[in-house]
Amino acid sequence: MLEDIFKVVTKRFNDGDKEEYKPPMFKCPRCSQTSPLIRYEELHRVCPQCNYHGRLSAAERLAITVDKDSFREMYKDMKGTDPLEFPDYKEKQSELSDSIGINDAVVVGTATIKGTPVMLGIMDSRYMMGSMGSVVGEKITRAFEYATEKGLPVIMFTASGGARMQEGIVSLMQMAKTSGAVQLHSEAGGLYISVMTDPTTGGVTASFASLGDIIIAEPKVLIGFAGRRVIEGTIRQKLPEDFQLAEFMHEKGFVDMIVERRKLKSVLSHLLKLHGFYPQSASEKEV
Amino acid sequence: MGDKRTAWERLQIIHAKGRPTVKEYIPMIFTDFYEMHGDRLYGDDKAIIGGIGRLNGRPVTIIGEVKGRDINENKACNFAMPHPEGYRKALRLARQAEKFHRPIICFIDTPGAFCGVAAEERGQGEAIAKNIAEFTTLRTPIVSIVLGEGGSGGALALGVCDELAMLENAEYSVLSPRGFASILWKDASREQEASEIMRITAEDMVRFGVAEKIIPEPLGGAHNDLDKISENIHEYLSQKIPEKCKKDIDVLLKERYTKFRKIGAFIE
Repeated sequence: MLEDIFKVVTKRFNDGDKEEYKPPMFKCPRCSQTSPLIRYEELHRVCPQCNYHGRLSAAERLAITVDKDSFREMYKDMKGTDPLEFPDYKEKQSELSDSIGINDAVVVGTATIKGTPVMLGIMDSRYMMGSMGSVVGEKITRAFEYATEKGLPVIMFTASGGARMQEGIVSLMQMAKTSGAVQLHSEAGGLYISVMTDPTTGGVTASFASLGDIIIAEPKVLIGFAGRRVIEGTIRQKLPEDFQLAEFMHEKGFVDMIVERRKLKSVLSHLLKLHGFYPQSASEKEV
Repeated sequence: MGDKRTAWERLQIIHAKGRPTVKEYIPMIFTDFYEMHGDRLYGDDKAIIGGIGRLNGRPVTIIGEVKGRDINENKACNFAMPHPEGYRKALRLARQAEKFHRPIICFIDTPGAFCGVAAEERGQGEAIAKNIAEFTTLRTPIVSIVLGEGGSGGALALGVCDELAMLENAEYSVLSPRGFASILWKDASREQEASEIMRITAEDMVRFGVAEKIIPEPLGGAHNDLDKISENIHEYLSQKIPEKCKKDIDVLLKERYTKFRKIGAFIE
């Protein structure tokens, strides 16, 4: 037995000797080029070759967007149930909650951005592709309702494959629920900035994501209603590479501006000020 | 009523040749119908019909998704799959209805919003989102009826209303059972299984609070007796439209918001 272990160790040692050290690499889903993973991470998940803005977790997004320790999460303990009694859905929910540490695909709460208070929502595509089921719908609706009541501007970071299939029609109705709450916030004069991140598609594009007073997108992210494969199936031909990218939607007039991640916080802060939302202490001094 | 009929059996009925379409219902239910065309922005989408008519003498705005009865008609109306300009036409007519204090009656019958290059370029997502949001606060009563297929966001774009009725065999779903099976199980041939699991029948809709009313169909389905099914729809609207028109508009809007607000399955 001891000899066996010795053999394994020698083998590993010799193999390591032969092979050159290879750093972990990132292969970009847009340009297909590879870069050292560490470089991609240093840029907060931006491809060094083509500027594709990759996916962030809600926690990572929060860290680069709001003032340190300013985020107060709301409705944190809300959890989904299983309205259709869909096979394996419950198991999948609890498995994901355990492994990534959030209860569903969106985190909402209040925070300050360079001192200015905002209501914030961040979708997390790691949880069932950021799909919108009851919890996503309810949290976003409450976020808008709370913001309407308190006169807060809302900033939503969208990342979603669309409706949560496992919740069927209940999922579809979340589009109506969230859009209704956005509409009331808007009619009350509220400011809503929608930030489309990778990917923003389906029922989320066809509801609150597209309803921002201002719509920002990160470079090279996917934005669309129907999936690429579905459209290719309908028209029976290959679509151009840039179809449904942020730049495409910008050109077609559905995105106001494309903003790089490193500039986003400062752009948001400027836009808030342009709408009369100033850092808390400063505005108090003015009064 | 056919409570025992499976979702799959109902899908066969709503896809049966000769199932009446909105174009056949309009002359049976309304008088003085004038069709209006175009969204004033891009074009006129034949997948959505809209116009003004009278219901028992009362002026109403009518908006509906158009299925064809044969291949030529279906080519013209794109198999009831609207482009963004269709939804924008609907919104234009809905705003006009609000301006002239006419109630709105929507007929839903679509496999879904069209998925194509032009639809994406012209903002399919934005068009649907806008309708959903704006219908929430339109200051005039809205009643929607699902005639056959209520496919996804394409149906919801005409589905934000004060009350939703389903024809007995109609379905309402987040995605076609075929699409559902291919996305979730990567196997479109399992559509029958999907149709049962998805909970898409009229009774399911009442149970989830999505629909308030089931309109009975003649024996074997609507296609067997156009007079009878039209009479049933007319009877429903004749009762519902005056009832909604009598309500204080602010109360009505609050109730409309609450109808959708309370749908969701979660715990805290």
